[in-house]
Amino acid sequence: MLAMNFRGPFRVRAEQKPYPEILHPEDCIVRVTRSCICGSDLHLYHGIVPDTRVGMTFGHEFIGEVVEVGTGVQKLKVGDNILVPFNISCGRCAFCKQELFGNCHESNSQATAVGGIFGYSHTAGGFDGGQAEYVRVPYADVGPTVIPANMDPDDAVLLTDVVPTGYQAAEMGGIKTGDTVVVFGAGPVGIMAAKCAWLFGAGRVIVIDHVEYRLEFVRNYAQCEAYNFRSIGDPVVFLKRETGFLGADVCIDAVGGEAAGDTMQTILGRKGLMTGGSATALHWAINSVKKGGIVSIVGVYGPIDTLVPIGNVVNKGLTLRANQASVKRLLPRLINHIQEGRLNPKEIISHRVPLEEVADAYHIFSAKKDNCIKPVLIPPSARA
Amino acid sequence: MENRTNDYSHIKGWGVDADPKNEPTYPMKKYTGDDHKRLNWERPPLQEPTVEVLKSIERPNLSAVIGTSTPPSGLSGSLRRYAFKYSESTYAHWLPLIMADKINVVEGIIEDLGKGHIPNIFAEKGWGWEWKHNRAAFTRKLVIGAAITAGVLVLLSSKKKLKRSW
Repeated sequence: MLAMNFRGPFRVRAEQKPYPEILHPEDCIVRVTRSCICGSDLHLYHGIVPDTRVGMTFGHEFIGEVVEVGTGVQKLKVGDNILVPFNISCGRCAFCKQELFGNCHESNSQATAVGGIFGYSHTAGGFDGGQAEYVRVPYADVGPTVIPANMDPDDAVLLTDVVPTGYQAAEMGGIKTGDTVVVFGAGPVGIMAAKCAWLFGAGRVIVIDHVEYRLEFVRNYAQCEAYNFRSIGDPVVFLKRETGFLGADVCIDAVGGEAAGDTMQTILGRKGLMTGGSATALHWAINSVKKGGIVSIVGVYGPIDTLVPIGNVVNKGLTLRANQASVKRLLPRLINHIQEGRLNPKEIISHRVPLEEVADAYHIFSAKKDNCIKPVLIPPSARA
Repeated sequence: MENRTNDYSHIKGWGVDADPKNEPTYPMKKYTGDDHKRLNWERPPLQEPTVEVLKSIERPNLSAVIGTSTPPSGLSGSLRRYAFKYSESTYAHWLPLIMADKINVVEGIIEDLGKGHIPNIFAEKGWGWEWKHNRAAFTRKLVIGAAITAGVLVLLSSKKKLKRSW
């Protein structure tokens, strides 16, 4: 079968790999029909996530058709069209039982801080991902969900990660009616977080980034304000001024460890890999939020120490809330939002690329070329 | 782990200020108390390892399902095995993994060549798209990059010659 194959930082290709096997009674095999490249795949692509091995297939945002099920699978059958949450969750451990499906303890032997994630390095379990024609899906009865008959597959594929992550970013912000919410990052997750902030009753939503076409997109898509941090001076001072010098009620970090905007953070975190990434966005979030405010973090950071102004967190009495999105927990609510027309995720898809051209797709997304917001890969078997 | 009796009657005021609403993980976590049972949940069937799987020393066993993509091999594999002697809380774990990743890239090229495949690095970097859609700017970038590299090489080699002449 054809699959994406990581060869090293900034190098990927599509090539033939063995068809995946059922290795556990609760596995199923899925024929992938759509697979997105996630902004967090770029952290792997750029080589900043430790234990990302040459030969691995990435891809944790995918949908497809069940073509084979293990002997222990009860809820799915061959032929079902399913969406597969990016987190692999057993449904039985202490964390899954409490709906922390992004923190499963039975899906990753190689690190305890993170549960298993499809195609996301061996630090997240060493599972091949869905940027392929076929993929093995463990715990088929737990996370995977049959796509409602009336749902557009483009909406469904975005329910595997970007929509739940953006939604949970807003949810973790504890937004109260009328709150001013600042979202750092106008990538797909930031765009979705800005859109979802309105669902919680935000009074004002401001997005900060430096990529002009993305700012323009989020202004229109999420009906919010959007500013380029390269043209507003010190973003923290700008946001203080914009919020009556008290600070935003809620700040959301939707950037993670590859933030631009601070030379020291860039050198240590992005170039030198001496920290868990460049924490510029998180730094700004902590310093821009009001005293007693909430900072919600969904940006991805590496596992090593990260430079953040923790003293200000203490002195300002901030609450930091963070997690990988618990996709399964959020799915019923988000499916309803899409069916009721409150969310329209498929509008963020900007590029449809054949899986054979996966190297071009990664390059375009990584280098922010061609006004790329969200690329989707289509395997050859899904085009037949 | 020490067995506790859960009898706190000897502690005056135990629990009087407990507030179930003081739960910053709401609504992410639906509190059931399962945390307090520690690892005593009924485990799913266990996947039989068919490849070498490295295990964090912060847990007692392999997870019930395991990823089988790209098991450790070669020099990078040795470094990865070394890294897994240390906890995720230490640089001794992460720095060898970062180093192993870099070595693994070279191993990947050697593996390709060993199979008679010359990696098309130009295409793998997605530069084919640049050549097709953004040729002028891309060519300029390549020329500038090549000129800087050549300049640095010339500078380095002239310094070496200078040292020898002394």
